[in-house]
Amino acid sequence: MDIVDQVRIAVTVAGFLCFIGICAWAYSRSAKPGFEEASRLPFLEDDDPVLANDHKEGN
Amino acid sequence: MQTETTYNYKVVRQFAIMAVVWGIVGMLVGVLIAAQLVWPQLNFPQLGEWFHFGRLRPLHTNAVIFAFGGSALFATSYYVVQRTCHTRLFAPGLAAFTFWGWQLVIVLAALSLPLGFTTAKEYAELEWPIDILITLVWVSYAVVFFGTIAKRQVSHIYVANWFYGAFIIAVALLHVVNSAEVPVLAAGILTPKSYSAYAGAQDAMVQWWYGHNAVGFFLTAGFLGMMYYFVPKQAGRPVYSYRLSVVHFWALIFTYMWAGPHHLHYTALPDWTQSLGMIFSLILLAPSWGGMINGIMTLSGAWHKLRDDPILKFLIVSLSFYGMSTFEGPMMSVKTVNALSHYTDWTVGHVHSGALGWVAMVTIGSLYYLIPRLYGKTEMYSRDLVTAHFWIATIGIVLYIASMWISGVMQGLMWRATNPDGTLTYAFVEAVKASYPFWTIRVLGGLLFLTGMLVMAYNVFKTVAGSKPVDAPVLAPAHA
Repeated sequence: MDIVDQVRIAVTVAGFLCFIGICAWAYSRSAKPGFEEASRLPFLEDDDPVLANDHKEGN
Repeated sequence: MQTETTYNYKVVRQFAIMAVVWGIVGMLVGVLIAAQLVWPQLNFPQLGEWFHFGRLRPLHTNAVIFAFGGSALFATSYYVVQRTCHTRLFAPGLAAFTFWGWQLVIVLAALSLPLGFTTAKEYAELEWPIDILITLVWVSYAVVFFGTIAKRQVSHIYVANWFYGAFIIAVALLHVVNSAEVPVLAAGILTPKSYSAYAGAQDAMVQWWYGHNAVGFFLTAGFLGMMYYFVPKQAGRPVYSYRLSVVHFWALIFTYMWAGPHHLHYTALPDWTQSLGMIFSLILLAPSWGGMINGIMTLSGAWHKLRDDPILKFLIVSLSFYGMSTFEGPMMSVKTVNALSHYTDWTVGHVHSGALGWVAMVTIGSLYYLIPRLYGKTEMYSRDLVTAHFWIATIGIVLYIASMWISGVMQGLMWRATNPDGTLTYAFVEAVKASYPFWTIRVLGGLLFLTGMLVMAYNVFKTVAGSKPVDAPVLAPAHA
């Protein structure tokens, strides 16, 4: 078999194993606290524009 | 001069307003070409060839995908990346260049396509000088976006930014590979005309590798980024499952790249390649529905909000259409189904269930959230008009896709019908005649959707008029 074909097969298998690895990591206990923190990111800031307005006029 | 303490909302405002403007322009051209199929006089042959269906159809697709969808993606990605990274946009000069450069691309497209300059590659019709400009804008976009992520003030990169990032990288790759072309020299002078660097079945495969990934990364990954920020924000609760968002992100990335061959069933493409494309298209159902479920279930426990919040209506209905079209798509990629559906109006209906139902609805919902906040307000000028827009648009989509389903299946059945002696039962023109009433219904559906956009434009104008643009201060994350 052509060496290029071997590389193609290797990349495909590596891609699949990589995906399995990602799934195992995502469902592991250790990833959970990080996910919870990340999922709150949109709520760490208050985008109530009235606040922003006050700030602006205060300048 | 803006100080370091505020977010860069200027470029967000510019792109957000232009998304509404280009949406109306692109959909107007869509209604015109739909009407041309019903009333051929609207091709205006006496004025020349410039307004013919064949010249205007690519203008419609480019305008709605790249001008409307593209501007909305630029606007929301610049907003989301700043707010979830708690930092001002990187390289403001480059960000301004992406705005003006992208507008120039759109204007050049609107001029060159009716004039007949085209590579004839679907969704990649623009000729090589414009392709080079797109590449420059896109690289600048990547620098601005990833530069902002690099200087973030929080440790995590929020999932919406993963989707936007994948969209930016994949579109760069797709555009550069599929736009490899050789310009034509005429009498020693470089012309805007070019020919593809690929030949035959390989050219077709490269084109549909591009074409389907334009759907997968431009029209899906980018808009999922929008979904992962604006649905939780408008619902007031974090995304249903962050873990699911990680898994379905990587599943989409690994799978989409292989699905392109389903556009070339029963062509000169090798049979195994067609089957491979079909299998990967079927697998795609899983990550697509993972995303839909994650978005819709974010509302779990707060379903009552759907009753009186028209923005949530837009967002959640967009996810329903996303689920519908990502079920329909894999089904149509099955070779036996494709034998009936391909080249018929069913495909057109499928595309619009995705484009109007998913892409446009999620964009409209996000813009209704975004625009007042860019002008120091909490809400749009009229909530009732947002509700009206929602219902007008929804009825328009239903009319559009139902009529295309019926005419598509009918066309497929008429084309394949044979008499006992093997001759065709129907001449092609008989299928055209039978499609006529459904094409009329489609004009009505499209017209309703366009009307909704005009209602939006009025509402946006009343929201923006007389109010000063406001750049919100960069706040330190509450706890990070």
